[in-house]
Amino acid sequence: MTRLLQTTDAGLYCPPGNFYIDPWRPVERAVITHAHADHARPGSAAYLAATPGEHLMRTRLGADIDLQCLDYGESITENGVTVSLHPAGHVLGSAQIRLEYQGEIAVVAGDYKVTPDPTCATFEPVKCHTFVTESTFGLPIYRWETSEEIFAGVDRWWRANRDAKKTSVIFAYALGKAQRVMAGVDASIGPIYLHGATEVVTRAYRASGVALPETKPVSAESRKHEFAGSLVIAPPSAAGTPWMRKFEPYSDAMASGWMRVRGTRRRRALDRGFVLSDHADWPGLLWAIEATGADNVLVTHGSTHELARYLRERGKNADVLATHFQGEADEPTVNGAEAVE
Amino acid sequence: MRDFARLFTALDETTKTTEKVDALVAYFRTAPPADAAWAVYFLTGRKPRQAVAAAKLRAWAGEIANVPTWLLDECYEAVGDAAEVVALLIPSAQSTTELGLAGWVETRLLPLRALADDEQKGAILAAWRELDLAECFVWNKLITGGFRVGVSQLLVTRALAKVAALPQDVIAHRLMGTWEPTPAFAAELVAPDSGASDASRPYPFFLAHQLDGEPAALGEPSEWQAEWKWDGIRSQLIRRAGQTFLWSRGEELVTERYPELAALGDKLPDGTALDGEILPWSGAGIMPFAQLQKRIGRKTVGKKLLADIPVVLMAYDLLELAGTDLRPSPLSDRRAKLDALIPQVSDARLQPSAVVPFASWEDLTVVRRESRARQVEGLMLKRLASPYRVGRVTGDWWKWKVEPYTVDAVLIYAQKGHGKRANLYTDYTFGVWEGGRLVPIAKAYSGLTDAEIREVDAFIRRNTTETFGPVRTVKPELVFELGFEGIQLSPRHKSGIATRFPRVLRRRADKPAAEADTLENVRRLLTPGAPS
Repeated sequence: MTRLLQTTDAGLYCPPGNFYIDPWRPVERAVITHAHADHARPGSAAYLAATPGEHLMRTRLGADIDLQCLDYGESITENGVTVSLHPAGHVLGSAQIRLEYQGEIAVVAGDYKVTPDPTCATFEPVKCHTFVTESTFGLPIYRWETSEEIFAGVDRWWRANRDAKKTSVIFAYALGKAQRVMAGVDASIGPIYLHGATEVVTRAYRASGVALPETKPVSAESRKHEFAGSLVIAPPSAAGTPWMRKFEPYSDAMASGWMRVRGTRRRRALDRGFVLSDHADWPGLLWAIEATGADNVLVTHGSTHELARYLRERGKNADVLATHFQGEADEPTVNGAEAVE
Repeated sequence: MRDFARLFTALDETTKTTEKVDALVAYFRTAPPADAAWAVYFLTGRKPRQAVAAAKLRAWAGEIANVPTWLLDECYEAVGDAAEVVALLIPSAQSTTELGLAGWVETRLLPLRALADDEQKGAILAAWRELDLAECFVWNKLITGGFRVGVSQLLVTRALAKVAALPQDVIAHRLMGTWEPTPAFAAELVAPDSGASDASRPYPFFLAHQLDGEPAALGEPSEWQAEWKWDGIRSQLIRRAGQTFLWSRGEELVTERYPELAALGDKLPDGTALDGEILPWSGAGIMPFAQLQKRIGRKTVGKKLLADIPVVLMAYDLLELAGTDLRPSPLSDRRAKLDALIPQVSDARLQPSAVVPFASWEDLTVVRRESRARQVEGLMLKRLASPYRVGRVTGDWWKWKVEPYTVDAVLIYAQKGHGKRANLYTDYTFGVWEGGRLVPIAKAYSGLTDAEIREVDAFIRRNTTETFGPVRTVKPELVFELGFEGIQLSPRHKSGIATRFPRVLRRRADKPAAEADTLENVRRLLTPGAPS
């Protein structure tokens, strides 16, 4: 579909530029869309990423990695391929990778969302011939409410718990979702505490200059500390662990796009599911794809077959981009959801 | 509608029983009686005849959301609930309705049936424009039926008892049988004195618990009564005010389906309620349950069926005599009165469920081994001093079933579950070996733990060899121990046998697929007395 991109055992490869995008095996040169573990993997000799994500990249992959950073919109040329990075709106430093070679332009969007997020730059559509899109929520049932509506719900829940002398524990992916939650809630309701894993990433966010309300690590308090009334932000893996006991009595919630479906919500057996996602919803995907003006669309992650078929029926030249994770990402399980969110 | 949708959301959001009851109590305290009556109706699993097919709702939702049919199907696969998928697809609206639940049901839902297709569509689309996401989901649920929200009749009973400040048993009894969801009914439900109750009303069934350990733990054998555990239809035969009513355990009035028992009822003295089992009975004894199945669901029975498969009532308890509720008195007394009544009625269609004599638990363990030969499921153990309680109360009534038949079978096909398990592969088909091939022998929904389900789900996704619509053919590798209540010959099944109540007992991770059972092994388990 394009000579600019090719799938290999190590991941998505740009043959003329001789570099990989989000490779899952160590390579010589890796261009990274964002610092989530399924995109930024350790072991490559040299990395290229967007400047706002530098602290996150070093936090995740090591302080001493060989990392070159580009500001959004800035470009470099690698073996005749012009590479530039553009905001993807997914998490801090997330970038769409624009490749231009002999007049042909391809954009690899990585993970993205199109709605504004105070913790990262907003998605900007980039004109191209070939667009590689994600489709984590590539079904029309996935439509998000505005951030204001979602956080009004979170605040109501937190306030009601505070008044009932309960701790509010919200499970959110440690990189991105957690910071979006702390930036979005009404911090005047009570103190905000962070799980250790969330704390580490939040420090990197602050070091990157992102404005966030005051938070404290849970570990900073004594064993006897009374958490009632406060909001605790923890990664989903903390659910059901003995660590949770110190927050009794508590109400728990999960912030994830998967919470849109009642069955997924119920399977979690949590008190609440807030439909808060860092991925584009169905209208967002269609809008973004249209805005690139691309005739060729390659779909990866999630409901790939569905989105590609829908686009084909609407006259696009669309296909599924097979990736390493295809079998699983095709129909994400609850555990899979954590990996991609 | 807004309040009911909020109640639904509150019930759905918590897994804690006390919070569910609190939410119900709060609702019933403030709801107008007309709304409360319908709320009880739906929450206890009743439903009006479906007004509009789920497929139609889906098609209309697809139309207004501009989603092609194939993509609708994909959405349904991901959600697993027709009402929900529609609510998630249509453009979201702000709630603008002030109409209560009763108003929605009586003026918007019930009239739908009488409308022509395009009028139905207009009415449904208009409703969707007035309802927000939660209300819309509830509305669709009311239309499509299957209103399950993790609330049992027991919880509703508890909440109503709290609201009325009455014992739960009183509410439970008032909720039995047929009633109309009217404001008057809602008022009666929580009224201080029940007054004259409806003649047809059955008593709430007392249900037994499964005895998992040894009966010795129950204490002195002399305090217990043993009976065979019959494999029929649990029912109550009631004679009051010159009328006969036969109720099945599902609280369905089935008098007309069993004319021989209706005739038997007419011979009972007025003010009698019997608890027992409907069993297919030839002159020689019990016929297999499969025979009774031919009568279940038949609203009218022909002469031939009546002659071929006659039924009897195997009575084991007497709940009412001469209009007096006997339930508080001990089983021993009730049984004595039952034994006195049966010869008075003197009708072969009324049989006493024999008391199995035993002196020690060891004796009874030996006797229990006769179960299969007698075509019963095992023994019932009832405490002689026990009153007839409401529902599944632990301690006084135990079912001590014989071990199920077990077979080691291989997972060969899988399909996604529904509701809570939509998205996970939890509906399995299992096969056993015949001449180097695996023939399907049973379909079972998962009897596995959540962790095991996830493991098997992941295996299925990675080892799918073929797909036919929603069904995946899986690499034959995982072995499971299946349990059955019975196995019979069946020309309709590919394997030539039919299994009764198949379920997964456990995963046999230790066993390679090649060592799973053969069809030959399974045939050896064939239930004695089964038609061949």
